[in-house]
Amino acid sequence: MTLDAVPAPVITALTFVVLGVLLWLFLTRTVLGRGFAVPLKAMFVTPETAEYPEKPRPVAPRFHGRHQLNRYADGLERCIGCELCAWACPADAIYVQGADNTPEARYSPGERYADDYQINYNRCILCGLCIEACPTRALTMTHDYEFSSATRDGLVWTKGELLAEVPPGGVDTPHLDREVRERGLNYYGGLAVTPPLLHGGTYQPAAAAPSARAGEVIPHGELPEPGDEPHDPATVGDPTRQRPGDAPR
Amino acid sequence: MGLESKLPSGILLTNVEKFVNYSRANSLWPATFGLACCAIEMMHTGAPRHDMARFGMEVFRASPRQADLMIVAGRVSNKMAPVLRRVYDQMSDPKWVLSMGVCATSGGMFNNYALVQGVDHVVPVDMYVPGCPPRPEMLLDGILKLHARIQGETFAEQGAKT
Repeated sequence: MTLDAVPAPVITALTFVVLGVLLWLFLTRTVLGRGFAVPLKAMFVTPETAEYPEKPRPVAPRFHGRHQLNRYADGLERCIGCELCAWACPADAIYVQGADNTPEARYSPGERYADDYQINYNRCILCGLCIEACPTRALTMTHDYEFSSATRDGLVWTKGELLAEVPPGGVDTPHLDREVRERGLNYYGGLAVTPPLLHGGTYQPAAAAPSARAGEVIPHGELPEPGDEPHDPATVGDPTRQRPGDAPR
Repeated sequence: MGLESKLPSGILLTNVEKFVNYSRANSLWPATFGLACCAIEMMHTGAPRHDMARFGMEVFRASPRQADLMIVAGRVSNKMAPVLRRVYDQMSDPKWVLSMGVCATSGGMFNNYALVQGVDHVVPVDMYVPGCPPRPEMLLDGILKLHARIQGETFAEQGAKT
């Protein structure tokens, strides 16, 4: 049988097969070809580049962004002006000026509140030691990291900027002492007494009162489902709580 | 300076100014001035994942004469300060300085005798990026804010700076 007897399409197909095998051998077996294969493969790879300003990638759940001063569900501030955050700060970036709550102007459930609260982001290293020191979870960190500034003054954040928004249904501070007492909320998880009474009256045990934490603003922006346990960031270390993907403990 | 600073703004060079600022903002070549851990994040910003080349900044110039932006990444020791100033002086006008991280901005947590408490004691700073170290997105945010500022700058302002 001569070559003329073979139909032309078969010869074409055979040629392509032979060329294909040769190309495959070249790209996988030779040093030069393996080098060429790298950019060829890269043509079909999705780019790794994060399109930052347009499509920012989500940060880790416990990312240390800028701080936030939280509120209770009724709008009272959590900060009691104790300055433990300022003491814990390794960079001396926090300034707290405490003041006394009065019956006419109540800012926080306790005796004292933060009259002025400043975080100097010129010095703050976002380490989170202040968060660990805070006894009322007043100070937490958000996922916001876009706060560079053209001036040093612009990096000193004051209380007005750090304070969280008033949760829905809440009222901005100051409150009247009488109003707070009428609400009768439990502010300290049963550990302390409520309603707060500074000037006269008797203390009431708080365990039976409804929690002020329900429906609070959570820094990560996830609102609790109805029927959920009240979210308390202080319990994140609980070994019974696991996220999907966590290694079993 | 020249004619542009003598005339009221917006008369002679409006569109030229816009065009020049557009080019300046979109080919802002940084000078390498990595001093500490912030430099690692700065390298990361230049690497493919965050890719500063998207903003025309891919070439980190080793020579200050070809650089427009000095990213001071890291703590500046007293011994480094004259070197930093020398590099800044060698950069050709117009030039900008970005202070990356809290150590460059104010000394950060290192409030001690060895470090300059803020690089603005040595060179004028145009943008402060907080963080320790700032993640690449934070640096990009600062850079983009600086780009926006450069695009709004007039020649007269630019001249007054130098």
